[in-house]
Amino acid sequence: MMILSGDPPRSRALSVLLIVIIAALAVAPFLFPGAKAMNVATKICIFAALVASYDLLLGYTGSVSFAHTMFYGIGSYAIAIALYSLGSNWGAVALGLAIGLPLAALLALVIGLFSLRVEAIFFAMITLAVASAFLVLASQLSWLTGGEDGRSFQLPELLRPGTVIIPKEWFGVAVNGRTLTYYLIFVACAAMILALLRVVNSPFGRVLQAVRENRFRAEALGYRTVFHLTYANCLAALVAACAGALNALWLRYAGPDTSLSFAIMLDILLMVVIGGMGTMYGAIIGATIFILAQNYLQALMSIASNAAADAGLPLLPGLLHPDRWLLWLGLLFIFSVYFFPAGIVGRLRAGRK
Amino acid sequence: MTEVTLPEALPQPKRDLLPVLLPLILALAMLPLIGSGSSWVTLTAASFAMGMMIFIMASGLTLVFGLMDVLNFGHGAFIAVGAYIATLVLLPLATWVQADSLLTNLAVLLPAALAAMAVSGALGLVVERVLILPVYGQHLKQILMTTGGLIVAEQTLYALWGPQIIPLPLPSALRGSFILGDVAISKYRVLAMLVGFTVFAGIQLVLNRTKIGLLIRAGVENREMVEALGYRIRRLFLGVFMTGSALAGLGGIMWALYREQVHASMGDELTVLVFIVVIIGGLGSIGGCFIGALLVAMVANYGGFLVPKLALVSNILLMVAILMWRPRGLYAVTSR
Repeated sequence: MMILSGDPPRSRALSVLLIVIIAALAVAPFLFPGAKAMNVATKICIFAALVASYDLLLGYTGSVSFAHTMFYGIGSYAIAIALYSLGSNWGAVALGLAIGLPLAALLALVIGLFSLRVEAIFFAMITLAVASAFLVLASQLSWLTGGEDGRSFQLPELLRPGTVIIPKEWFGVAVNGRTLTYYLIFVACAAMILALLRVVNSPFGRVLQAVRENRFRAEALGYRTVFHLTYANCLAALVAACAGALNALWLRYAGPDTSLSFAIMLDILLMVVIGGMGTMYGAIIGATIFILAQNYLQALMSIASNAAADAGLPLLPGLLHPDRWLLWLGLLFIFSVYFFPAGIVGRLRAGRK
Repeated sequence: MTEVTLPEALPQPKRDLLPVLLPLILALAMLPLIGSGSSWVTLTAASFAMGMMIFIMASGLTLVFGLMDVLNFGHGAFIAVGAYIATLVLLPLATWVQADSLLTNLAVLLPAALAAMAVSGALGLVVERVLILPVYGQHLKQILMTTGGLIVAEQTLYALWGPQIIPLPLPSALRGSFILGDVAISKYRVLAMLVGFTVFAGIQLVLNRTKIGLLIRAGVENREMVEALGYRIRRLFLGVFMTGSALAGLGGIMWALYREQVHASMGDELTVLVFIVVIIGGLGSIGGCFIGALLVAMVANYGGFLVPKLALVSNILLMVAILMWRPRGLYAVTSR
């Protein structure tokens, strides 16, 4: 209980689901050694942490930020630019983190001080504006960021796929630098999620929930709500930047499409809503379901699209084309906000009572 | 019998003219920096035209927020839909568009604009009923629902029209410029200014001189009181929402002709621009929105001329500057 900060899943089905997911992720390199499966597993880890940090904002303080991918991108780019320009050594990784994390926190502080004074809506609009300006900057300042192409780089020796740590004979699967990178990401993301769980169950987290429920009342009780909201914003930005850095390490690349695009922001929103707002566990569930669907359902869509085209149906092939995946996501998003605002975790918890 | 003496006039609300002067001051301050008078006139005219187009798109958003405390993150979808509907009319009638007579050109532009407004307005009706009605008073869900609506609308446009950019040439009579001495002002910009001023004047007239306008303004000030007086503010709001959507559609066709192309992503690009304008102007204020649109366009045009690199972030810098001066925008209308 200590490690979960006294906030257990509180539902048998949810506990089982979480244990299965975490156990599967923990042994993923041995169970699913394929390249695609490993990418999916890594993405689930990273997005679980990223979505959890977003949940701190959306679910616990009730403020919608559209700048979360910006912080994610800052983390990614910081690592990528440092490793690209300083060569592949650990010093560059450290320098990237030392520049990226404070930069993200500082930017979150400035945005928070500017826009959290007034209203949730104001914050949402300003974050959207700032994030879109940042996206333009990142794709225009090509001397620094590589523009639309992004930056590819080499990892330090230890994390490269060619570095064999334990040869194949031992477990039937070779443990190489790639496996090590995966476990680095897995442990870091688990630590971040547990830390966030700690934050939301601390007195500070209670104040955030109070602000979400009734800001006037929280203020009347003597809490400086702007301070609390801004602090939460900075924390979320820090975790997002860390997740971005891990993502860059895994991909050995950072570019606008993988770290900054509006589509990622929508993915995060959807994962939070599907998993359940205001429950850290929802982040894990939401990220897992969403990313599995994203990677394996799109193939299904393309089959359906081709079938519809063969049957000569009008419109349907276009609507079912895998590129229109976002259309169905958007519909799913509206439905889940409307019908299941508590998400999967909320459903499972309510079912127990 | 004591005679009641009425005061000379009812106390008037204080006029706050400083924001009105802001665009003028900015324009005059730029004159020495730009140096050449003719470029200054051209840039200023371009700013006015661009500002008017942005104002047309943003006016609906700010009114809807002011009246019902609803912020539509899907507003950009109406802009894109308007532009696509316009292509439905303009592209099949390309011979009329290319005809070298202003009358023929307008004979095809006008139905295109009307069709764009009608479809956007109808879409506004659907969006209000389906997406916004269930989540009144819940900002968080409003933002999420309308964002979802924006995605669905944009993706549907992609599915129906395909992902390619559709070129939309300007009618031939509107190409080229009026040339006065060494000042050149493109004809389309003059048209944009005319339409923009007409819309602004129309909105001001309706808001300040009609009963509906009175109710809208009263609703912005105090919604409950208007309801208590027996008016169905829900219906009023629906009307405002549809008008705002229709205006966004009109802005969409004008912007598409200005850029001479249509693409589904114009919705989210313009959403950001329109949000900045609405924040600068003060949420809910039509006058503020007008000035905000002008300022944004001026900064974009002068900035693009003087320091092209700055143009990428000029909008954000402008917004930050205005919010440092007035944290709730130029004219803060609502006390909410």
